[in-house]
Amino acid sequence: MTQIELSGVQKWFGAVQVIKDLNLKIEDNEFIVLLGQSGCGKTTTLRAVAGLETIDEGDILIDGKAVQHLKAADRDIAMVFQSFSLYPHMTVYENIAFPLRATRMNRADTDKSVREVAKVLRITDLLDRRPSALSGGDMQRVAIGRALVRRPKAMLMDEPIGALDAKLREEMRAEIKRLHVKQGSTTIYVTHDQIEAMSLADRIVIMHEGVLQQVGSPEEVYQHPQNLFVAQFVGSPVMNVANASVSESAGKASVTAEGATQGFPFPNELLAKLNGSAGKPLSLGIRPEGVIVAHEAADGFVPAVAHIIEPLGSYDIVDLKFGEHMLRARTRSGFVAGPGAQVFARLDPTQTHFFDAASGQSLGVRL
Amino acid sequence: MATAVIETLDPKSRAASRGMSDIAIRNLFIIPTIAFLIIFNIFPLLYSLGYSFTDFRASTNAPANFVGLQNYRELLNDPFIWTNFSITAKYVIVSVTGQVVVGFGVALLLNRDIPFKGLITTLLLLPMMLSMAVVGLFWKLLYDPSFGIINHVLGLGTFEWLSNADMALYAVAITDIWMWSPFVMLLSLAGLSAVPKHLYEAAAIDRAGSLYTFFRITLPLVAPILMIAIIFRTMEAFKTFDLAYILTSQPTTEVISIRLYKMAFQEWQTGRSSALAYIVLIMILAITNIYVKYLNKVKER
Repeated sequence: MTQIELSGVQKWFGAVQVIKDLNLKIEDNEFIVLLGQSGCGKTTTLRAVAGLETIDEGDILIDGKAVQHLKAADRDIAMVFQSFSLYPHMTVYENIAFPLRATRMNRADTDKSVREVAKVLRITDLLDRRPSALSGGDMQRVAIGRALVRRPKAMLMDEPIGALDAKLREEMRAEIKRLHVKQGSTTIYVTHDQIEAMSLADRIVIMHEGVLQQVGSPEEVYQHPQNLFVAQFVGSPVMNVANASVSESAGKASVTAEGATQGFPFPNELLAKLNGSAGKPLSLGIRPEGVIVAHEAADGFVPAVAHIIEPLGSYDIVDLKFGEHMLRARTRSGFVAGPGAQVFARLDPTQTHFFDAASGQSLGVRL
Repeated sequence: MATAVIETLDPKSRAASRGMSDIAIRNLFIIPTIAFLIIFNIFPLLYSLGYSFTDFRASTNAPANFVGLQNYRELLNDPFIWTNFSITAKYVIVSVTGQVVVGFGVALLLNRDIPFKGLITTLLLLPMMLSMAVVGLFWKLLYDPSFGIINHVLGLGTFEWLSNADMALYAVAITDIWMWSPFVMLLSLAGLSAVPKHLYEAAAIDRAGSLYTFFRITLPLVAPILMIAIIFRTMEAFKTFDLAYILTSQPTTEVISIRLYKMAFQEWQTGRSSALAYIVLIMILAITNIYVKYLNKVKER
């Protein structure tokens, strides 16, 4: 039963402010992922919670108790490092037993706990090895084991699988999820990989240049990004973003991207919903799967020419040219014959996002 | 891609224009060194091995007679020689232990962010750079019972450091500790700074106390490089001559190399002293080997 709360946390490295007024409440058993580019302050935030980094202002509360002045050892929090940080001169067994031995737990209980954790992580047969004789995935299992063995109040993970190769990453991702479901402890997980974040998190916290951008479930963050940064950071392939203008002709609304020859028709309610921000420059955002492509011309479809096709196996990413304007669309694999093919496309209004071009904030238009 | 160890001579270089090939230049650099080594090290080594089986005396013209293992047999049965060896052993243990404790201790103090760290480190290294003879001469002054600064500071009156039979060996060891602790400190500092910082962070997260962290993380990880320091200092301490010879002439400070010196150049027992030198060599090799074995064991992990 552990809640972690950050309130008004500020942190400077010299003249550079790396955490800017961060407020975040993490519920018991929640799996929170801090997502952002390198240098956005996510790791510093994690280290501040762990007690490896001091903060200049604000409070860090664990179960309602301010801990920002406590040493790491007194916060009862476990951490898994990106570099694994296994003790190289100890065997796997000794590594996992270290936190227990350090607090003078008796031999029998230590042995029992270590073997239990090893069983959960399926590393029982590696207990006598040294870290140098392990593969990357096993090293990470040991590091997680060392964190789990003392049943800490909360688990912190700093890009724990960032150093593994792609296949192993996927495997470990599933394993971390399985462990969390089974053991259920409050977890803060730092990563720059949005796929990892989407697949693991109960809630994702997106940070950029020390500022919290959006907190929400993976679906929320994906479907309703609060600003352009979140919109473009989450999701792969990246969301299409273009400066656009909305116009009305003959009672019909249409959205024209900058450089495009023809506007996309939109439901009329768009005009009413955009009323508040009339006249401001707009940005249009649409994910590739929101661009619907057809071979035949139909009502609402705009002609386009296929430019580059990236076959990705389960689907293709097609760059469509509308005059000067380009949009990336996701199609069934092999749907577009080849570069230069004439196709027709429309935008799915429910998947279209409108942002204030100047501030990058979402206008909150949901169609 | 592996870099070639031997670069080919640039055809436009001055050496090439004088008609020198790669091999000629290599020989030019290496042959003098090898010749020097053979003439001054390897030849005397083998020649003295030959003498150690004879009753040769360099002070007479009498021809050397082959006496077989007699020199070795007599030396190893000589209780006085064994006294010299036990004095040497005591000296090695006291001096090396002292150097490791002081050197590693200072290294621990220096291994953190303190102002003027570089300057302090350099200043601490100064004793090591002095000549043995100089160190011996001015520590003799420091130890002086009537005007020496050590007695003055410690308020010991006219305590006899160097002419006191029980104290003299320790006095020599203290001087050696003063001079060579910086060496242990330097190597320890290198070892300490090579321990990854994230291991300390992991230990802090794992709730290890500072003593536990020191004995379970720091010490085992610095052990290999500390072993190297100990090997060097043991070998050096074992063959200490100048410091002990300059500081004092007590029978209780007659370490094995002083005995060897007297035997060879005061008593002129050339054959027998060669045998003694070989016994010392074998002992040092044996001790070093034990350390190296241990070092390899430590390095495996």
